[in-house]
Amino acid sequence: MPFKSDLRWSEVTPKSLFFNRRQIMAGAAGALVSPILAGRAAAAGFSTDEAPNTLEEISTYNNYYEFGYSKEEPSTKAQALTIDPWSVEIGGMVDKPGTYDLSDVLAGMTIEERIYRFRCVEAWSMVIPWQGFELSGLLNKVGVQPSAKFVAFETLYRPEEMPGQQGGSFPYPYVEGVRLDEAMNPLTILATGLYDEELPKQNGAPLRLVVPWKYGFKSIKAIVKITLTDVMPPTTWNILAANEYGFYANVNPGVDHPRWSQASERPIGGGLFAGRKDTVLFNGYGEQVASLYAGQDLTVDY
Amino acid sequence: MDRLNALARKLPTWVVYLSGAVPFGLLVYSAFFGGLGADPVKTLELELGEWGLRFLIASLAITPLMRVGLRLLKFRRALGLLGFGYILMHFTTWIVLDLGLRWGQIGAELVKRPFIIVGFAAFVLLVPLAMTSWNGAIRRMGAAGWKKLHKLAYPAIFLGAVHFVMIGKVYSVDSILYLALTLALLGLRLLPARRPQRRTA
Repeated sequence: MPFKSDLRWSEVTPKSLFFNRRQIMAGAAGALVSPILAGRAAAAGFSTDEAPNTLEEISTYNNYYEFGYSKEEPSTKAQALTIDPWSVEIGGMVDKPGTYDLSDVLAGMTIEERIYRFRCVEAWSMVIPWQGFELSGLLNKVGVQPSAKFVAFETLYRPEEMPGQQGGSFPYPYVEGVRLDEAMNPLTILATGLYDEELPKQNGAPLRLVVPWKYGFKSIKAIVKITLTDVMPPTTWNILAANEYGFYANVNPGVDHPRWSQASERPIGGGLFAGRKDTVLFNGYGEQVASLYAGQDLTVDY
Repeated sequence: MDRLNALARKLPTWVVYLSGAVPFGLLVYSAFFGGLGADPVKTLELELGEWGLRFLIASLAITPLMRVGLRLLKFRRALGLLGFGYILMHFTTWIVLDLGLRWGQIGAELVKRPFIIVGFAAFVLLVPLAMTSWNGAIRRMGAAGWKKLHKLAYPAIFLGAVHFVMIGKVYSVDSILYLALTLALLGLRLLPARRPQRRTA
């Protein structure tokens, strides 16, 4: 019988603690070094110092077609989803394949806050304070075999709780994948929370991928299956429209979606007159990830 | 039917103009005071476009309804102008609030993106119709010329409905229904015209 904690994820990093931590860090930095140096120190971490969107914005504006095509539907329709118990089937080219209870997936993982920019392929963006752990930690735990080159993910298929899966032409379950080096990059996390709360169901609870330099649709929600493989796995939007959505889907202002420009984006939360801002290659994470694509033509591998 | 026609005769057109402006008022109010969700710009843009299409399709229904004896012709101009007004605000919202007056990008979108080209073409076709929507224009152009010009409403509304279908990552059921309705109303015009039946009260 595997150990099952009755702690809530929200208790992993209590609000008071992480706010304190940030205050202490800021205070210490301010006391010891000049403000300029403190600013640089913050930029060197994984989190952005941009102001995050509100929990309300993040949890009422979702693309989660399993719960409807509109942005608002998931926030109500996802509430009926059962996320406890939850298990994840980890298989393929791994040393320790098996069906892991969520608590076993989380065991030994360090949950931390990552404030990431989030850029949707529809040309809007948010800043989201995720709670999560590095995917590499989990992959190392289950042991990746040398032949593995890609990581494939699958979302829950449960039509009785996911009304969008009842009929329609969308090929469920939703599947996604990344290359192994992308999966092992420290920016790539599996998220379990938002702010200091459990991850809302409409945001992909209990476990979702977050790859902040790629368009949001890569960051697959409600993961039930992780497979290590040596062939590029099929991905849902690529299956639906290969000329519009590539496997890589790196944020790239220079490669337009055939039907709209990716040169700029509308930040959500700025109100009516917020306008647009320029989109940055790799969503501004080029320093950490550009080297992954050395020698690749990003207009071909879009 | 006769009672409906009698009612329509009594109803002044300003009532249609006024009630047609109500959704616009509500949208603007919600845009400023909340209620359009996390992305008010997109909601406003979509709603304005959809209301425009609704009024334009309604204007397209006037003639087929006459065939079944419902005489609403006096409201057609109001419906058309309301539709144009909403489309104008839709277009303005796109330029000012969505694209944020980035003229370079606006120009590029207008020539590069099929769904924007189609939508813009629909808008351009509507402009001369709106400009000649006053009685004086009919007199100056002559009824035949005016009627001919206003046949542009058919391609314009068709393109508008196609534009709506082309938006987004997936086809929405709503947009396909609007297009089907538009095609049906246009198709009805191909039926051979019947001589109007004389009715005795």
